[in-house]
Amino acid sequence: MIQPELHDLAAAYALDALDPEERWTYEQHLYSCERCREEVAALRETAAELAYVPEGPAPPPQLRERILREARGTRSVAAAPRRRRWLFPATAVAAVAATFAAVGFAVWGFSAQENAPVEQQVVPLNGAPGNLIVAGDEGTLVVCLDQPPSGKAYEAWVIEGDTPRRAGVFAGGCQSVQLQEPLASGNTVAVTLEDEGGVDSPTTDPLLSANV
Amino acid sequence: MSEYAIAFAPAKSRVRVRERSDEELLDAVASGDDGALAALYDRFGRVAYGLAYRILRDQALAEDAVQEAFLAIWRSAQGYQRERAKPATWILTLVHRRSVDLVRREDRRRAEALDESREPATASVDEEAGIRDRRMAVQEALAQLPEDQRQALELAYYGGLTQSELAERLGVPLGTIKSRMFAGLGRLRELLAEP
Repeated sequence: MIQPELHDLAAAYALDALDPEERWTYEQHLYSCERCREEVAALRETAAELAYVPEGPAPPPQLRERILREARGTRSVAAAPRRRRWLFPATAVAAVAATFAAVGFAVWGFSAQENAPVEQQVVPLNGAPGNLIVAGDEGTLVVCLDQPPSGKAYEAWVIEGDTPRRAGVFAGGCQSVQLQEPLASGNTVAVTLEDEGGVDSPTTDPLLSANV
Repeated sequence: MSEYAIAFAPAKSRVRVRERSDEELLDAVASGDDGALAALYDRFGRVAYGLAYRILRDQALAEDAVQEAFLAIWRSAQGYQRERAKPATWILTLVHRRSVDLVRREDRRRAEALDESREPATASVDEEAGIRDRRMAVQEALAQLPEDQRQALELAYYGGLTQSELAERLGVPLGTIKSRMFAGLGRLRELLAEP
């Protein structure tokens, strides 16, 4: 059921005053709480009014050009097929919530997605709560792990056949980790505990894995 | 400008006398119209940059935040749901979140939000009257809030402080901070709704 302490976070969330873990948790909560989404929408509208107060310097003219140049160079959203409506059975709700959190898609309609995905696949992890989100050849792990022992870190791997490729080193906590290696069908994604700087190939058994 | 040009100017502007609404522009952005993105920038870029600069206190970082926010708009306009937020709210929310994330990463703080320093007075000269009116309305509403609520809102929104950092800085329990933010935003909402 509803956790009262989560409801207290609506205003802090609307003001972006949550730390990443709190934000992550609250966004998961939002998915299952229609009332909270409405509350956040209202508070956020008010919070956004605060944006009009600062009288800063005018933006440099070249900023406009840079944004437009960059936009023209990026894959236009129109080129991608329209995203499918998310119609999920109840069992998939948690996975979807994780998807939204992973890409920063605030579920009540503030899409903050960095990349509008063509289509996303959500693969639950084996060995730890969380999901692997696959969009095209890009993978993102959404996972909560304990803080590693001192001097250690988590390292992600994309495994093709018997060959693991290094896909990123990260610390503990609830987070989304963008894999630094492209994914292909048939690959396995795994995470091991390694020395802080990362290693060239895994030296311990995987803590978690997912098959693409 | 020649007389000839002047004579034709009104006819030309009549063609597009009705400006496209924010929603229409976002729809156009969603279908890949970069002209619509430019129009949205012309409408919100100034406020966006002012906000980012206030939070980041650095021109290069503020430019980065605004650029990233507008590129996020470009890439994710399809995900925008009009029944959930006005375009202005959506856009400024993206800018704010990006700025706050950047300032936290830079750990360039944020304490300055406390000292209410006035920004350069020259800034508002060529600004739209609409923005000025809006600023005055929000400033007036802020001024009517109880001091502790106003301070919590300002430190969070402009200072980029998390609720826990706020509690620590002000030496009050976290619960108190949450209540101040909640009450402050709620009251601000009421004040801004007043005619």
